[in-house]
Amino acid sequence: MSEELTDPTKGYLSTRILTVQLKRYDPEKDREPHWQEFKVEARPIDRVLDVLMKVKWDQDDTIGLRKSCGQGICGSDAMRINGQNNLACKMLVQNLKSDKITVEPILGLPVIKDLIVDMKPFFDHYKSIMPFLVNTDPAPTTERLQTPAQRERFDEGTKCILCACCTTACPPFWGNREYVGPAAIVNAHRFIFDSRDQAASERLEILNDAEGVWRCRTVFNCTSACPRGIKVTQLISEVKRALITGVLDMPQEAEVLA
Amino acid sequence: MSTPTYHRFETIIVGSGGAGLMAALHSSKEVGTAVVSKLYPMRSHTGAAAGGIAAALSNIEEDSWENHAYDTIKGGDYVVDQTPVEILCREAVECIYDLEHMGLPFDRTPDGRISQRRFGGHTRPVPGNPSKREPVMRSCHAADRTGHMILQTLYQQCIKQGVTFFDEYHMLDLIMVEGECRGIVAIEIATGRLHVFHAKSVLLATGGFGRMFKVSSNAFALTGDGPAIAYRHGIPVEDMEFYQFHPTGIYRLGVLLTEGCRGDGGIMFNGKGERFMETYAPNMKELASRDVCSRSIYQEVRAGRGVSGKDFVYLDIRPSTINKYKSSPIHRDGLEVDDHFIESRLSESLELSRTYLGIDPLKEPMPIQPTAHYAMGGTPTDFDTRVFRNAAGEVVPGLYAAGETACVSVHGANRLGTNSLVDLVVFGRRAGKAMAQYAKSHDFKEIPKDAAVPTKKMIEGALAKPRTEPWVRIRDELQTVMMDDCGVYRTAEGLANARQSVASLKKRYELTGIQDKGTIFNTGLLEYLELGCLIDLAAATVASAESRKESRGAHSREDFPDRDDVKHFNHTFATKDGDFDVKIDTRAVDVIYIEKDGQQVPKYPLEVRKY
Ligand SMILES: Cc1cc2nc3c(=O)[nH]c(=O)nc-3n(C[C@H](O)[C@H](O)[C@H](O)COP(=O)(O)OP(=O)(O)OC[C@H]3O[C@@H](n4cnc5c(N)ncnc54)[C@H](O)[C@@H]3O)c2cc1C
Ligand code: SF4
Ligand code: SF4
Ligand code: FES
Repeated sequence: MSEELTDPTKGYLSTRILTVQLKRYDPEKDREPHWQEFKVEARPIDRVLDVLMKVKWDQDDTIGLRKSCGQGICGSDAMRINGQNNLACKMLVQNLKSDKITVEPILGLPVIKDLIVDMKPFFDHYKSIMPFLVNTDPAPTTERLQTPAQRERFDEGTKCILCACCTTACPPFWGNREYVGPAAIVNAHRFIFDSRDQAASERLEILNDAEGVWRCRTVFNCTSACPRGIKVTQLISEVKRALITGVLDMPQEAEVLA
Repeated sequence: MSTPTYHRFETIIVGSGGAGLMAALHSSKEVGTAVVSKLYPMRSHTGAAAGGIAAALSNIEEDSWENHAYDTIKGGDYVVDQTPVEILCREAVECIYDLEHMGLPFDRTPDGRISQRRFGGHTRPVPGNPSKREPVMRSCHAADRTGHMILQTLYQQCIKQGVTFFDEYHMLDLIMVEGECRGIVAIEIATGRLHVFHAKSVLLATGGFGRMFKVSSNAFALTGDGPAIAYRHGIPVEDMEFYQFHPTGIYRLGVLLTEGCRGDGGIMFNGKGERFMETYAPNMKELASRDVCSRSIYQEVRAGRGVSGKDFVYLDIRPSTINKYKSSPIHRDGLEVDDHFIESRLSESLELSRTYLGIDPLKEPMPIQPTAHYAMGGTPTDFDTRVFRNAAGEVVPGLYAAGETACVSVHGANRLGTNSLVDLVVFGRRAGKAMAQYAKSHDFKEIPKDAAVPTKKMIEGALAKPRTEPWVRIRDELQTVMMDDCGVYRTAEGLANARQSVASLKKRYELTGIQDKGTIFNTGLLEYLELGCLIDLAAATVASAESRKESRGAHSREDFPDRDDVKHFNHTFATKDGDFDVKIDTRAVDVIYIEKDGQQVPKYPLEVRKY
């Protein structure tokens, strides 16, 4: 390694004062949600999650939010930041456009306290689409074979962390909580297009329901909300196409192993 | 606080990471099982594991479980119990096939089998020259999301099987009667209500406790609740001095860049642009084991060779660098690495670097420093995951531990990469089976009516106390002193300082209360209680480190730089002794003997650990 590299950690210590507008709601105290403002010193490479924790730890311990991994993999801290769904741990202060941020709970699920919503309806939709491999053939003594192409076919959906950013950004879901929502469809796609699975038709039947895939009006909110960069709308379209044509677009047996 | 809600299950599993879910799948096949977890299952930190899971499948290169066992024992610097290691490495293979049958989307070889790659410390004898060893492809992977895929797959199977979950229930106590475990007490986070879970067997699968240190790859939730709560009931913790610092944490943040980065050819450079691992581990270089790499980085930084004189070095995974050094395994097949190859193998690390450092690793190297990563120690168990009550190996009936929480011990003084995930599934499975077996052959025993009273008092105490100082300050001081004085390098003085600091922090902790007095999602209360767990485990860690006057694996004493197999070829058991003190005992290492030329000789003879 010969070329000179600039020290990428320059500027880690500079700080700026942020104004955080936080939507508060504590059912034990408040009749209605209300906004509360906090001022907090933040460094450019702080995560919005760090900023919120700083407010909580230094100023007001009663703030309610979920968190765990701090690195965008556990799906705990989905919230609406400046009007857009994101994981608080995946947004850095240096990428904020202004010194003001508004933070509120994701929409469409009942608020329990402050930024914490009831995830049960979301997980119920997930569970409704049979989110598990179904294969009733006796298992071989080693692995079931699958080509790299077959494996690649359903890769996109396996990235999902069930954070609910997509479903709670979806206008049809806001209007009707019975709609299974994009996250459930992404997870159905993950199995429908897995060459080892045998329950595609049952899952497609479930998604053909009145509250299924046809509620989607292809507004693309979900795709731009997904912190994992999953092409949500495309996966939904592939499921719709499978329902319309009755054909699964998958790498065929002929290309498969000898 | 109203009266607690009562539940009864044959087995209760605390924790829904890889270990807990694997146990739940197996236990629930036979007996009534419930999983109690403070996080939703998919939020567990198993999901963050990127690199892979080890098993000697021989899919790409000829390998054997014996090779895997040899590496694990050597990697652990020999204070490793050999019978459980052999179980681990043998059962690894069928567990991987199990996971695949459950739907786990492993990457594939061109002929459709599970793909494998290299990982630090995993070797085989060189074919044709068995006295030398070379890296072997043993790590099974699913992109660099292997842990996420394991967690996902196990959770999906639990849904399929209709396993009962109590999500966002936080265990606060074990119900111990006459030396037996008969259940747990947990708080329902959403309501603040207490619940008593009466059970025949209880599994602690609460994960690690990296939050004890300032820079850590661990989730906020990893506060060692299981071992700490058991410790307060007089159950020892084993080998706490062995805490692994992973060499490639993102500078300052601690978030991990997987070892797969080096497995696929990534190279570490100091501030002068030198590939310093050539000096410290001429043979294995970047693929030397983690403790070796972490210490090397510390040495470089201390010698003023960190980047810009600061406390970090570079990890370089640019294709141009990898091709220049021919450090990727694909060079052997005459291939070259390109952007697409790196992107497809290490997408998760690229994303982390782009998000948290603003650096595109395809164009620039990444600033890294060692990060507190993995607890080799924990609640001691036998190879059926039954918890030991003392160093003599007597068990606590009804209590089990598995996963990072437990110390079986298969990782000894230093865990090899990809050996934790395999530990979760192998010993998670054994736990589920053993617990179900125990439940079937025993009746429910009575629990006291007031089983939840100590917990209730603890909560009421925390809520009633004045807030003499923010508890967060106590946590920050704890993390700093543990990082500085009980981290990668240790000395008698530093440890004495850590001991006194932890004791005084505990006093301050007990004095202060919290601000939030509410019942619904009182996360302030829970974080405060988690800190109490970390403080107790920190005390045990420091005492264990003081007692081990040698350097071995991850435990590196500057005042005792050598391994001492005469005095210290054993495990450390730390038991709570009064409020602040810790009693230290030792337990012999489980060594397997074989017959050779009419003599009993160790199957895995002690060697100097050199890479
Ligand atoms: C960033 C990172 C990368 C890693 N990469 C690899 C790798 O590539 N290969 C490898 O082999 N290992 C890897 N490891 C190590 C490995 O991932 C962990 O050791 C392992 O996942 C731990 O699993 P577990 O089931 O023991 O605990 P976890 O998955 O941490 O789960 C702990 C569970 O306990 C629950 N819990 C905790 N306290 C309580 C309580 N009081 N009440 C109720 N529930 C509670 C939590 O809710 C959670 O469900 C990595 C670790 C990290 C941090
Ligand atoms: S594309 Fe469909 S699912 Fe996605 S937000 Fe729009 S309507 Fe909802
Ligand atoms: S698809 Fe994306 S946004 Fe939706 S739940 Fe999964 S990870 Fe979250
Ligand atoms: S805290 Fe895990 S995704 Fe943000």
